[in-house]
Amino acid sequence: MSDRVFVTGIGIISAIGNSSDEVLNSINLKKSGIKLSSYLDTVYKNEIPFGEVKFSNKELSEKLKINSGQIITRTALLGMLAAKEAINHAQIKNISEARTGLISATSVGGMDRSEIFYEEFIADNKKGRLRNIIGHDCGDSTEKIADMLGIKDFITTISTACSSSANAIMFGARLIKNNMLDRVIAGGVDSITKFTLNGFNTLMILDRQNCRPFDEKRNGLNLGEGAGFIVLESERIINKNKKEILCELKGYGNASDAYHQTASSPDGFGACIAMRKALEAANLKPEEIDYINAHGTGTPNNDLSEGKAIENVFESKIPYFSSTKAYTGHTLGASGGIEAVLSVLAIKNNLIFPNLNFENQMKDLKITPVKELIKNIEVKNVLSNSFGFGGNNTTLIFSKI
Amino acid sequence: MTDIYIKGIGNISPQKTIDNSGFPDEVMEYPDAEYLKCIEPVYKKYIEPMASRRMSRVVKMGLYSAKTCLDEADIEKPDAIITGTGLGCVEDTEKFLTSIIQNEEKLLNPTPFIQSTHNTISAQISLFLKCHGYNYTYAHRGFSFESALLDSILMFNEKSANTILLGGVDEITENTYQITKRLGHWKRENINHLKLLEYKTKGSIAGEGSAFFLLTNQPDKANYAKISSVHAFYKPENSGIIKNEIISFLSKNNLRVEDIDVAILGLNGDKNFDEIYYKLTEEIFKNTVCAYFKHLCGEYHTASSFAMYTAANILKNQFVPDVIKFNNKPQRQYKNILIYNHYRNINHSLLLLQNA
Repeated sequence: MSDRVFVTGIGIISAIGNSSDEVLNSINLKKSGIKLSSYLDTVYKNEIPFGEVKFSNKELSEKLKINSGQIITRTALLGMLAAKEAINHAQIKNISEARTGLISATSVGGMDRSEIFYEEFIADNKKGRLRNIIGHDCGDSTEKIADMLGIKDFITTISTACSSSANAIMFGARLIKNNMLDRVIAGGVDSITKFTLNGFNTLMILDRQNCRPFDEKRNGLNLGEGAGFIVLESERIINKNKKEILCELKGYGNASDAYHQTASSPDGFGACIAMRKALEAANLKPEEIDYINAHGTGTPNNDLSEGKAIENVFESKIPYFSSTKAYTGHTLGASGGIEAVLSVLAIKNNLIFPNLNFENQMKDLKITPVKELIKNIEVKNVLSNSFGFGGNNTTLIFSKI
Repeated sequence: MTDIYIKGIGNISPQKTIDNSGFPDEVMEYPDAEYLKCIEPVYKKYIEPMASRRMSRVVKMGLYSAKTCLDEADIEKPDAIITGTGLGCVEDTEKFLTSIIQNEEKLLNPTPFIQSTHNTISAQISLFLKCHGYNYTYAHRGFSFESALLDSILMFNEKSANTILLGGVDEITENTYQITKRLGHWKRENINHLKLLEYKTKGSIAGEGSAFFLLTNQPDKANYAKISSVHAFYKPENSGIIKNEIISFLSKNNLRVEDIDVAILGLNGDKNFDEIYYKLTEEIFKNTVCAYFKHLCGEYHTASSFAMYTAANILKNQFVPDVIKFNNKPQRQYKNILIYNHYRNINHSLLLLQNA
C-alpha cells in the first residue's frame, strides 16, 4: 500500500480544444467555448448556449479513421479521442507490457443515439434502427475505448452523475495502490443530449447567457460535452521504465452529502468531508493547497454550498480558487476527467486559471475567485472538486513532484 | 487479504427470496411469462406511502432490499454503500425520454429526470440512512456487480470500512424487453422458464433483481459465508483461456479444481453462449456438483448477485436445492463454491465463496 501513483499522460477533448495544447491555448487567451449549438437538434437551439465540441460525428469519426458507415455514439467517439491522446502522451507503445486497466465514467452513456431511436420506437415498438440503441448503456463507450487501445486486464465504468469521472480516477489509483494493476487509463466522457438539456432546463438551472460561477448574479449552468482521461502509473513501473512524470495523484476522497437527491446541503457538509478525506489521504494541511479547481457550476445552490464548504475547510487561509466551467461548460460525467487534465496543466505550466465572467462578489460568501490568469506561479498542490446528483461528492489532489 | 463475510442479505427477485428463511421451498413458476419480474413486497414496512409514490419500482426494490439486508445484519448505518447496475433507472429514463419527444421539449416534469441517474438507488439509500460514507455506483454490463464487489474488497484491505452495503440491481421494463428481444437476446418461442436448458435454441429469458449484502470483517457463527475473491476478465479469445483463468484464479486462492464443492454456472439456455458451461461440466467440473440459477431469476447484467445469494445460502444451510442442480452428484460438505458467469461472452467473472 506504500506505492505512489503518478500521472504520466493526459488527453482531453472539449469546447475549448481537441488536445491539451489547444485547451491550454484557449485558457491563455481567455477564450470560452460556450456558444449556440451547431449540431444538436433541439427547439432551444437559438436560445440556450452550450460548451459543444466543435466537430460533427462524421469529423470525429474521420479523426479516429473509423468508417463513417459505422454507427458509434458521440459519447464513444469523444472518449476514444481523449483516451488515445492520453496514451500517446504517456508514450505507451505496448499496452500489454504492464497490467493495464481502463476505468471510464459517464452519466448518460450513448443517450445521443438512444433519443434518435426512441423517436421512432415510441410510435411503433417494431421501428427504430437497432444500431442506434446498442450503444445506450454506460459500458458501451468504455468497451469501444478498450478495444481501440487493446486494454483487456481490467475494465469498468462508474456512473455517479457529475462526479463520475473523478470517481473513476480515484478507483483507478486504488487499483494501483492495491497492486491489482500497474497502469490505469482513467477519466470519463459525456456528450450533449436532448435528455440532459431538457432535464436541466426543466429544473430551471440553465443560464441563457454564459455562466457566471461564484457571481452574486449567477443564473445557472451551461451544459457542455467532452472527455478527459489521465494515465496513472505505479511507482514500480515508472522506476523500471524511467518515464517522465507529470505529477502525483496524492489524495482523494468520496462522501455522500445525504441531504437531497439534487440539491446540495446549505453548508456543503458532504463536500467538506470529501475535501478533508482527500487532504488526509494526501497528508497535506489545508494551507498547503495552492489552487482549488472548484466544481463551480454556476447554479445558485452549488456555488453557495461549495463556497461555504471551502470556507469551512480552509478557514482564514483560502487558496486561489476558480471554476473553469465558464470555459468548457458543465460536462457532467466528464467534468472530473476534464478538470483533472486542467489540474495537471496548472501544475506543469505554473498557471492558475481565471474564473471567467465573475463580476459581483457573492453576499453570502467571504471568498472571491481568481479573475485573471496568473502566470509564472509555482503550483505545488491542486485540489479538484466534483459533485453529483444524489449528493455524491469527490475531491482529488494533484501534486508537483 | 482481510477476511470478508456476508452477514445479511436482502434479495428481491422473481422467487420468494426476500423473507430470508433460506432458499425458498416453493419454486415460483410463470408458465406464460415472456420475462421474469420480481415479486414486489409491500413497501410500506420501510417506505412511507408519500415517498413511495414518487419513487420508481427499481428505487423502491433497491431501498427495500437494502433495508431488509441491514435489518438481518442488525447494522443501522454501513461505512460504505457500493452498488452495481447494468442499466440503472430504466423506467424513469424512458419516462423522461418519452415526454421530451411527445411534448416537443416543453412543459416537462423534472422528477423522472432527477431519478434517472444510475446512482439514484445508492443515493436514496444514503439519504434514507443519513449515511455520509463512501458511495459508488458501477454501471458496466456484466461487470457491474463484480466491480462493486472488487471495490468492497479493496475498501476492507485499505481498512477504510468495517461494514459495507453491497448491491446488484437491475429492472426490466416492457420497452427494454422489446428492444433486447429484437436484438435477439431472448427466445422467440413460448417456453417454460423452469425448463430453460431443454430448448437448445437461440436466446435466453429476461429477468431482473435487487440483491443486497451486508459485508463485514467481523467473524461470527451466524454469518452466511466468507467472500474470498472476485476476478473479472474481458473478451477471452477461446475456451482454453477461460479454463486457464479458472484454474489460475483457484490456484491464487490455494485451491485446486477438486476442492470446489459446488460450481454455480451462468447457464442461460442460449445455445450461442452456453457451450463453454457445458464444456466445463464435462471437463474440469465433471466430478463437481454443478448448479445453475438463471431459470429462476432470468438473465440480466447483475444476475451474478442472485448467484451470490444462492451460494451464500448453500454454505449457510449446507443444502443444494434440487431445482438448481445441473447434475446428480452425492451430497457432501459444502466448503468452497465457485461462481462462473459471463454476459454474452464479453464480460466474464469468477467469484469464490467459502464457509464462514
